[in-house]
Amino acid sequence: MPAGRILEGSAAVAEAVRLCRPHVVAAYPITPQTHIVENLAQMVADGRIACEFTNVESEFAAASVVLGASAAGARAYTASSSQGILLMTEVLYNISGLRLPVVLTCVNRAISAPLNIWNDQQDSVSMRDSGWMQFYAEDPQEALDLHICAFKIAEDQRVLLPAMVCMDGFLLTHCYEPVEIPEQEAVDKFLPPRVPLHALDPQHPMTLGAYADPSYYMEHRYIVNRAMLSSHDVIAETAASFEQALGRPIRPFIERYRMEGATRALIAMGSISAVIKDAVDERRERGEAVGLVRIVTLRPFPGQELAEALAGVERIAVLEKAISVGAAGPLVAEVRDALYRHAAPVISGFVIGLGGRDVTTASIHRVLDRLEGPAGDNLFVDLRPELIGELAPSLQREWETA
Amino acid sequence: MKITHDLAAQPGTSRQNLTGSWRVTVPKFLQEKCTNCQMCALSCPEGCVTGEEKKYQADLAYCKGCGICAAACPVGDIVMQLEEK
Amino acid sequence: MTATKETQTPQFANLIAPGHSACMGCGELLAARLVLQAVGPNVIIVQATGCMEVTTTKYPESAWEVPWIHSLFDNVGAVAAGIEMALRAMGKEGSAKIIAQGGDGALADIGFGPLSGMWERGHNVMTVCYDNEAYMNTGIQRSGLTPFAARTSTSPPGKQSFGNWLPKKDMVEIARAHGLPYVATASPAYPRDLMRKAKKAAEVQGPSYLQLLVPCPLGWGFGSSDTINIGKLAIQSGLYPMVEFENGELVGWMRVPSKRPTVEEYLSKQVRFRHLAGEKAKDQVARIQAIADANIARFKLDQPPPRPAKAAGSE
Repeated sequence: MPAGRILEGSAAVAEAVRLCRPHVVAAYPITPQTHIVENLAQMVADGRIACEFTNVESEFAAASVVLGASAAGARAYTASSSQGILLMTEVLYNISGLRLPVVLTCVNRAISAPLNIWNDQQDSVSMRDSGWMQFYAEDPQEALDLHICAFKIAEDQRVLLPAMVCMDGFLLTHCYEPVEIPEQEAVDKFLPPRVPLHALDPQHPMTLGAYADPSYYMEHRYIVNRAMLSSHDVIAETAASFEQALGRPIRPFIERYRMEGATRALIAMGSISAVIKDAVDERRERGEAVGLVRIVTLRPFPGQELAEALAGVERIAVLEKAISVGAAGPLVAEVRDALYRHAAPVISGFVIGLGGRDVTTASIHRVLDRLEGPAGDNLFVDLRPELIGELAPSLQREWETA
Repeated sequence: MKITHDLAAQPGTSRQNLTGSWRVTVPKFLQEKCTNCQMCALSCPEGCVTGEEKKYQADLAYCKGCGICAAACPVGDIVMQLEEK
Repeated sequence: MTATKETQTPQFANLIAPGHSACMGCGELLAARLVLQAVGPNVIIVQATGCMEVTTTKYPESAWEVPWIHSLFDNVGAVAAGIEMALRAMGKEGSAKIIAQGGDGALADIGFGPLSGMWERGHNVMTVCYDNEAYMNTGIQRSGLTPFAARTSTSPPGKQSFGNWLPKKDMVEIARAHGLPYVATASPAYPRDLMRKAKKAAEVQGPSYLQLLVPCPLGWGFGSSDTINIGKLAIQSGLYPMVEFENGELVGWMRVPSKRPTVEEYLSKQVRFRHLAGEKAKDQVARIQAIADANIARFKLDQPPPRPAKAAGSE
């Protein structure tokens, strides 16, 4: 019988990691991820987890340590946020290029400058090209479940790509919610020990990380991309077997919320979805056909699922906690691309909740109201225009906000 | 050879490059004054000098003709010569 | 002189296969061969980006007969630490000696942070720095270990410069400050001394550091056959001391000859110091001689060492 407990979100993630029996854990503090590694450290100190645990000198080192451990055949894990994710950028690309199934928790936090420790998703979204699978949790239970699935999908020899489980900093890591913690036996059956493809071993010497000149580089990138695209089926399979093994459904790819007959849809990732669902309920009560499509898996991008879920929708508001400075937002651009070959609804891109700016149902209602107008991009929600100084007169024009 | 997953390379596969083609001068092992000190074998960057009992030679498939072995031989028993092609 | 028991094997193990594309006379590849000769096949090599990496692993070929991984330029310390932890966690501790290796740029500059972290945490990893005194693979640029007044492409002599104006970073001292049980310098100029020290470094159960003076024919500007001789001049003049530290204490050194070469004899043989010839560079040469003299005083290089370390010039 799985144990139900009220746990801080970070503690729930630590439990998930413990259950997955990592060999090596690398830790480096950065708010708001730190509670995860602190929980793991206490588990090590109490003998509740049997792993090699080290406090390294930077996030760059943390990622490199798990890279080395994984190359040696071990199951390896680390966690980070924001500046730490950016600092380890070249290691992240290296890990996926080397086809190492590392799992990492990205506790989503805004990026400096200016310094800001609160939640947005700029960090993980900035890594969407790096060759890591990306999953976004709405609540601590889903975060827990996604970690267990992540190890299994990553280590599958049809995939062999690292996985980043993203959860909103503070909002999900520092809240207390009831979670069901699976039994170790059930997790062991679902997630057997890792069988590496290649491992550093004097009995079977191999050269890993050779350099590839123009004759070979492109083919390898093709293969990495193909592996990511193929992981789609492994993700679906794993979600189905997770539900069977652990008795709890997991939504791969997307979640549809009250999309039946919807003519207006909101798209978002992560914990903001809880607020959006409240606003959707309020709108539905007024008789409006509004629904939410929550993206769970950002990589591989669930284009097909999105197109199917959004069939018949006339207007779509994409809310994202990130920007691509100087262009349409990263998420709205990908949504538009996914729908390009299908019916072309009005799609507007909204920027919301950057740097921990609070999101309420009132914010969502404002979005839905604005959605009725012409399509737009970089519509910053809940901006404080009174703080914004003027541009040079020659550049001045109407900049719209929501 | 097909790339399937990663770019793992097999050990020792550099051997297919016969770097002896680089050579301009070639070491001649006179085998007259050799004291078996093995400095020639120890000082070759290619590791292609082998032998035993005062009879050492360079593997000409790989010898790049750098001349270190000749310079390292304490009794001058190795001489670099312009290679005749 | 007679070959010792360890080195009498007629066929050396050659754990780095020939066919790699290192330059003729490359001191770095020679040094690496000797390290592996001493430490043996039960190793896992963690290699930084650099000359050795690109000349030995152009996909699909590899010269390495032992397990080998190249990740990035700047993370060998951390990658090696991860491998060490993994072996222990998987119950394979001791099944292989982990060697973290790279050039002076990789270890003293860009990879310095992770190296320091790995040393500070006391991982059982042997670090080998192939010190050819510049970023050679990218075309001879100045590194933290480039010696005073050397020409590099980013510290060239000119109307207002005599080359690199900065001193050589003392990585040996930094390693000692981390409390490493064994720290030593060596060179392929003295191959048996190098192998002896590599074996000692490998036997440490904890971090060890071996810094190898590795002459580079292309980068330093000398004929390919002079690799060993140039190295000997650097060592015998006192400019590059061959020293050994155990638990921070100086326990051995290679004595310089009583009639030791002047630094000028060493500098004059290399294109990278050619601009120091003549009257106008007299002061710089004097400063370099002072560095050598200071080394001799500091490490007692003119005195016999307490342990049987070979005297320079005896091989």
